[in-house]
Amino acid sequence: MRKIAIIGVGQSSFVRSYPGSIRELAFEGFKEAIEDAKVSVSDIDASIICSAPEYDKQRSPSGVFAEYLGLIPQPTCYLESLCSSTSTGLRMAYSLVKSGLHDVVAVLGFQKMSEISSAESQERMGRGADIQWESPFGTMMPAYYAMFAKAHMEKYGTTLEDMALVRVKAATYGPLNDKAMFRKPVTLEMFTDPNHFMSGPVASPLRVGDCCANADGSSCLIVASEEKAKALSKKPVWIRGLGAASASVNMAGRDLVTGLAVARQASEQAYKMAGITPKDIDIAEVHDCFTISEILAYEDLGFAKPGEGKELVKSKETYKEGSLPTNVDGGLLSKGHPIGATGGSQIRTIVLQLRGEAGDMQVKDPEIGLVHNIGGVGLYGNVTILGR
Amino acid sequence: MGEKKEIDDRFKKFGTVSFTSVTKVNDFIDYLEKGKVMGTRCKDCGTVFFPPRADCYNCLSSSVEWFEISGKGKLVSYSKLKYAPVGFEGDLPYSIALVDYGDYKIFGRLASDIPDDEVKLGMEMKTVVNKLPDGQLNYVFEKA
Repeated sequence: MRKIAIIGVGQSSFVRSYPGSIRELAFEGFKEAIEDAKVSVSDIDASIICSAPEYDKQRSPSGVFAEYLGLIPQPTCYLESLCSSTSTGLRMAYSLVKSGLHDVVAVLGFQKMSEISSAESQERMGRGADIQWESPFGTMMPAYYAMFAKAHMEKYGTTLEDMALVRVKAATYGPLNDKAMFRKPVTLEMFTDPNHFMSGPVASPLRVGDCCANADGSSCLIVASEEKAKALSKKPVWIRGLGAASASVNMAGRDLVTGLAVARQASEQAYKMAGITPKDIDIAEVHDCFTISEILAYEDLGFAKPGEGKELVKSKETYKEGSLPTNVDGGLLSKGHPIGATGGSQIRTIVLQLRGEAGDMQVKDPEIGLVHNIGGVGLYGNVTILGR
Repeated sequence: MGEKKEIDDRFKKFGTVSFTSVTKVNDFIDYLEKGKVMGTRCKDCGTVFFPPRADCYNCLSSSVEWFEISGKGKLVSYSKLKYAPVGFEGDLPYSIALVDYGDYKIFGRLASDIPDDEVKLGMEMKTVVNKLPDGQLNYVFEKA
């Protein structure tokens, strides 16, 4: 069976309001990935374009992007699984290359959220849940995750300070990442100062500082077969494990409210495929759309027992110098969260880390990295394990 | 020729803003009008559904019957919103919540007259129909 590699990664800067159209935004991530892979555009056999729908007006963006990026007449298609779209794209690219149908596939994620207001964006995200039975109650992503936070606090004694510490960690690394949107330090005091914007309530118990911000951005991964990777790349990063799962769209169908079942299922699959256990992971990127999400991720991925996720951030084990550096690129909390581009950015970070090219964010000599990328409120979950 | 076909769009009355107008479980709205919150049960295999469904994923039957939500459930979790999506600003502040009835769970809102300090996870709640000022219908959880 031929192995599959990622031979090129790229992303645009993640910004509040991108001064260009979506195809121009896509070009930025794509160009960086092509240059990183040191391939030419004509080497790409097919493209998969990923985003969450309805943030811009373009229907079927794949054709538009393929033309703008010089990827016609090769096949292209559009794919979405909300915030986990690009890691789903990687999964599809893996199967296209593994099957022998193609040798080199580009996975391009993008989102330009600034075309609509923040309240409109909350409505769109709320409609990523059950539009028939839940959206009519006025739902939005922070409130859903807040319900998980509330249940976790009640069951395990997780505190508001524990959650704030996740943001403080993220903000330790935001300043080191020149692609990140939020690059200022954050202190615990900001969360307890009623006059500081970070402490403002959003959806109890979550505060402004517990939430990542909307952003515009693009990301791109170049996926290649073993033969092509060895011929084209000096430092291919191999896809060692893939896991994916789905869950009830309606909260009424969820048995677990103190963790995400999809992350538990997807990680089990990925560990099994890679033949490793959580202890073998040297560096991780987890989907910290909210501070509580990172604590849930630690537990769902088996980094900590249920209820003990907070200890990893309190003890600084998930800081750069700790035993399991996590989100040392600043995470979604510092980078911003351009839905369809986020998974690709997480994967890019791990690829750069495994190649030893992460600059100021580089951890010491990692061999195996994990990416946890969630769509909706644990509606979709992808776990990807990469190795040198 | 030219006869106008009547569209059964009763479901547009569900919630502050409904994003669905036509569904096979439109009768849910009629029951709300009568003060009843209803789920469905598969007539062939007995699987119980809330929210109500027209089709059973368990045995693929489309033969379902209505049953009334009654008795008490327990509050699983909730969140009080300070910001709202477009179309819901006038409802603020409100709390979304999940209540467990054992055989099924119900997602909805907490009744707006429950003081914050009286809301506790695990507390017993009942589900009651709520009429919104503009005639729209939903349901809320009250202390049981």
